[in-house]
Amino acid sequence: MVQYNQTRFDASFAALSDSTRRGVLEQLGRSDASITDLAEKFHMTLTGMKKHVSVLEQAGLVTTQKIGRVRTCRLGLRRLEEEAAWIESYRQIWAARFDALDQVVEELKQKEKDHGRKRKE
Amino acid sequence: MAEKGKNDSTTVEHKSERELVVTRLFDAPAHIVFEAWTKPELFTRWWIPKSFGITIISCKMDIRTGGSYRLVMGHPASEQPMTFFGRYIEVTPHSRLVWTNDEDSEGGAVTMVTLEQQGEMTLVVLRDLYPSKAALDAAIASGSTSGFGEQFEQLAALLAT
Repeated sequence: MVQYNQTRFDASFAALSDSTRRGVLEQLGRSDASITDLAEKFHMTLTGMKKHVSVLEQAGLVTTQKIGRVRTCRLGLRRLEEEAAWIESYRQIWAARFDALDQVVEELKQKEKDHGRKRKE
Repeated sequence: MAEKGKNDSTTVEHKSERELVVTRLFDAPAHIVFEAWTKPELFTRWWIPKSFGITIISCKMDIRTGGSYRLVMGHPASEQPMTFFGRYIEVTPHSRLVWTNDEDSEGGAVTMVTLEQQGEMTLVVLRDLYPSKAALDAAIASGSTSGFGEQFEQLAALLAT
């Protein structure tokens, strides 16, 4: 499982390291689009956009379907099943931060107490 | 992971189609919690816990309404450092902090933090409000969660498991 996640993570990491590809995801979040639409939108050749979409597809972030002569791209199906997982990882990040914040706050509280004590002495 | 009791559990709510809300109760008065949010040397200690494996390269926080912040971090898995920046829309001592996340040229969330003192405790409520449903959906699709950026977010999630 860890191995699987790692592989997928590497693919996602590579896919997201490019600003055009992040832009494509953002665009597909608004509506499905053909490769031609995307190429125009991002001022790119069809071949260039095909490469980007293929990287996103391999990472499972985008799915494509060819109808007639038009290949339509949409956000990957993975997204739906992963929304809950995403929320959970978001929660875990905040839980980790807030546990660390607890420690910082505890120290500050102690400092204030000590300081108050000193002033009274 | 076992729950450590109600008081220190962090909850997340998908409040609306473009809003996420995180809540957590702290055992300290609001002025102390606020201090930990607003002093860079304290803030970085918990915003980037050691377990994330991330190095803080620099952290500048001009904490006042209209002031800006800039946080630069590095990770062994990333060749380029990651920069997070924005400005404070509102800074009200001990009760409210609102900032923008401008590293995403469009679709960045606005983060609003409210501190509410309840006796000796302080309730922290953090809201990430995205400009649209599409922006939050795109963030979910890319694995990004606010304040951390796409790449680091997934790394952190991986490290947390």
